[in-house]
Amino acid sequence: MELARLWRSKKQRYTLQGEVCPNCQAKIFPPRDVCPVCKEEARTEFTFSGRGKVVAFTTVTQPPHGYEGQAPYVVALIELEEGPRLTAQLTDLGQEEPYIGMPVEMVTRKLRAVEGKRGILVYGYKFRPRLPWR
Amino acid sequence: MREVWIVGIGATPVREHWDRSLRDLAWEAMEKALNEAAGLRPQALFVGNMFGPLLSRQAHLATLLADYAGFAGIEAVTVEAASASGAAALRQAYLAVASGALDTALVVGVEKMTDKVGTEVEWAMSTLLDADYEAEPGLTPAAQAAWLMQLYRERYDAPEDAFMPFALLAHQHGVGNPYAMFRRAIGEKHYRGASVVSPPLTIFDMAPYADGAAAVFLAARDLLPPQLPQRPVRIAGSAAATDTLALHDRQDPLAFEAARASFARALQQAGIAREDVDFFEPFDLFAVYVPLTLEAVGFAAPGTAWEDARHRFGLDGHLPILTLGGQKARGFPGAASGVYQVVEAVWQLRGQAGDNQIPQARWGVVQALGGPASTAFTHVLAAASPEAAT
Amino acid sequence: MTAKILRPQREVGIVGYGAYVPRYRLPAREINRVWHGSMGGLPVQEKAVAGPDEDTFTMGLEAARNALARAAISPEELRAVWVGSESHPYAVKPTGTLLADALGAAPSVQAGDWEFACKAGTEAMVAAMGLVGSGMADYALVVGADTAQGRPGDALEYTAASGAAAFILGPAENALARILASYSYVTDTPDFWRREGEKYPSHGQRFTGEPAYFHHILQAGRTLLEALDMTPEDFTYAVFHQPNTKFPQRVARMLGFSQEQIAAGLLVPRIGNTYSASAMIGLTAILDVAQPGDRIFMVSFGSGAGSDAFALEVTEALLERRDNAPHTEDYIARRTEIDYGLYVRYRAKLAE
Repeated sequence: MELARLWRSKKQRYTLQGEVCPNCQAKIFPPRDVCPVCKEEARTEFTFSGRGKVVAFTTVTQPPHGYEGQAPYVVALIELEEGPRLTAQLTDLGQEEPYIGMPVEMVTRKLRAVEGKRGILVYGYKFRPRLPWR
Repeated sequence: MREVWIVGIGATPVREHWDRSLRDLAWEAMEKALNEAAGLRPQALFVGNMFGPLLSRQAHLATLLADYAGFAGIEAVTVEAASASGAAALRQAYLAVASGALDTALVVGVEKMTDKVGTEVEWAMSTLLDADYEAEPGLTPAAQAAWLMQLYRERYDAPEDAFMPFALLAHQHGVGNPYAMFRRAIGEKHYRGASVVSPPLTIFDMAPYADGAAAVFLAARDLLPPQLPQRPVRIAGSAAATDTLALHDRQDPLAFEAARASFARALQQAGIAREDVDFFEPFDLFAVYVPLTLEAVGFAAPGTAWEDARHRFGLDGHLPILTLGGQKARGFPGAASGVYQVVEAVWQLRGQAGDNQIPQARWGVVQALGGPASTAFTHVLAAASPEAAT
Repeated sequence: MTAKILRPQREVGIVGYGAYVPRYRLPAREINRVWHGSMGGLPVQEKAVAGPDEDTFTMGLEAARNALARAAISPEELRAVWVGSESHPYAVKPTGTLLADALGAAPSVQAGDWEFACKAGTEAMVAAMGLVGSGMADYALVVGADTAQGRPGDALEYTAASGAAAFILGPAENALARILASYSYVTDTPDFWRREGEKYPSHGQRFTGEPAYFHHILQAGRTLLEALDMTPEDFTYAVFHQPNTKFPQRVARMLGFSQEQIAAGLLVPRIGNTYSASAMIGLTAILDVAQPGDRIFMVSFGSGAGSDAFALEVTEALLERRDNAPHTEDYIARRTEIDYGLYVRYRAKLAE
């Protein structure tokens, strides 16, 4: 069980909560409290829009323990609209092939179940092709 | 800083050693290195290991190995820097001897990748990543390397088989390494037919997980015994650098900045220029790391390392690399890899590399990476001058 | 009989609504092929199937995010996050707290889970009317969501679908649709159940019709109409719980509603029975097309058994805010057909 580790990062995983640097306005995700751009202290919370695009992607066919039931799954390097990049799975691809530059949006999904049916469920951000609407 | 010399080396063959434990493997390598050290005893043991606790349920490994080797009482510590742990242990030992704090030190890199199998090993490998922000979403080091291949090809408009030469070179050179896991050259047909791990990365774009141990014995120059059974090799430069742990935090994921920085510092310390390097051992845990490293350290212009690579970087080339098969053909025994690289470089500098010998090799550079150059350790090794070789 | 209709002291309405339908569709003919040799009738065309990483929480969260976007309030203003479902991800550990935290509504909020077969969501809606209507709270979120389970080969498998709907109830002056009144009718009727620890429900086959579905919807619907002194002609739209295509059509006729009145909210042929979301998601589809002044009649049904009937009236505000989030049809249009094999994998039918 990794209850505390997973619990304390829930804000980041559920809603992409990062930080904005009060000094240089850089948006920061994951939060790191020291601005990677200007090196000043940055602790102001900032919630990202969840919109971004695919920078790189691949499919995991040899998954780590805990992810066996999901493979093959697509992991992507995503660039958020506000600037930072992060690592996330692509979901709801259906028959769509991912491509570099694909516009995607954040959804909150089940990442894995800890210890099969007995442990907790881990939820967090994934990205899907943007839902066409309006 | 005192001069630090490698007076003994040892290693086990790299295999799936189902019947041998961490201590068995480590002791074989340590014993071989000690046997070359002409009676010198180590004042401290530096162990490079990353998966003892995860795969073999063993922490406190350095004390176990010192005890097992009959050195109980000496200082012993395990050094961890992911896949560069062995090189990190070497650097800690180097610093201790160079500073004068110690006169002798034994370094052993050891890994048992096979004490667990399948997804458990992939799980251990994923601990090289940022646990909360890379591993939790399901990333693996192989998938991350696949991104790098895709990004590289995208940026430089490189062909699909741009990374093939590095696999072919490694396997060609592995034929001459008695400790290598694979001693068979592969052809383009093999490469192209390989099964996919994370597209476009196939099993030939990554090194095979294996068990092994490698050891080097260090001594301060003043302590070199007059009659050494083997020519000593000098550590002329040693440097380490870090980058962001997570690849997504890099400004440019293809930059391999830590590889560049540690390489530059180590050469500067050694007082040599890039052109002086007779051979280079980059860290090919994944084939794509090789061109990224060659380009970062300046052996190739950005986007060009793959071009004509089999000739430029072959044993007869301008800059031989992976001269004894690299991790790809020798095998990837985790943290031990960084020490194997040094052992293989010492063979070259002693003139013991057999069919793979680089003629008149005087300067060899080895570099181990932790993750995708999140950490880089570079060591410049110098062949003993004729006088020093006694 | 005395009409026990519910009308809060302070007028309450729906200030925000949202839907979610997963991407995957399993055609009924595919189930028919596997289990019935492609012979026999099909109760729906196809059903919506949640992806392997989706459940009541993730679907409810997206519907709730859409509802918040339309309510144009901040999540801290919510004083209740109530989730109705019969497929909560945990047997013990609330979906409500997950949802409240993920939305940003925690910690000063009521949060909890409701279970009443397919009417858990509307039961929570009535409770939210009370909370807001009493003046104790300004805004309350109710979610109906399910990843419905049907035993492989059972008649339920054709229709047991996945989806979610969310409503934020608040003061009528800020509402997209005012709630005129509601009425609930419940009895102990064993038409459908799932015992503790069982993966799949059991049901009374034809017993689920007359004494269960039809009786409760008719009683609830008629009572509310009578108490309001209204007739079906007073409503532009009506929506009923949708376990299959025929039942809601028939119950509409029995109450005196036309097929035109129920057309906009009749989603079951294309997405299946989304259980706790079923009538509610039909209402979201109606709100996507309704005009100010339109009245909407909704009756849910939950086995076990009971019905909640609601009468609503659309306000001008709907036109300003309904495009703040995807329409229900946008989700239905996002469609990838899967075969039975992939369905078995996605819904973990082979797992012990």
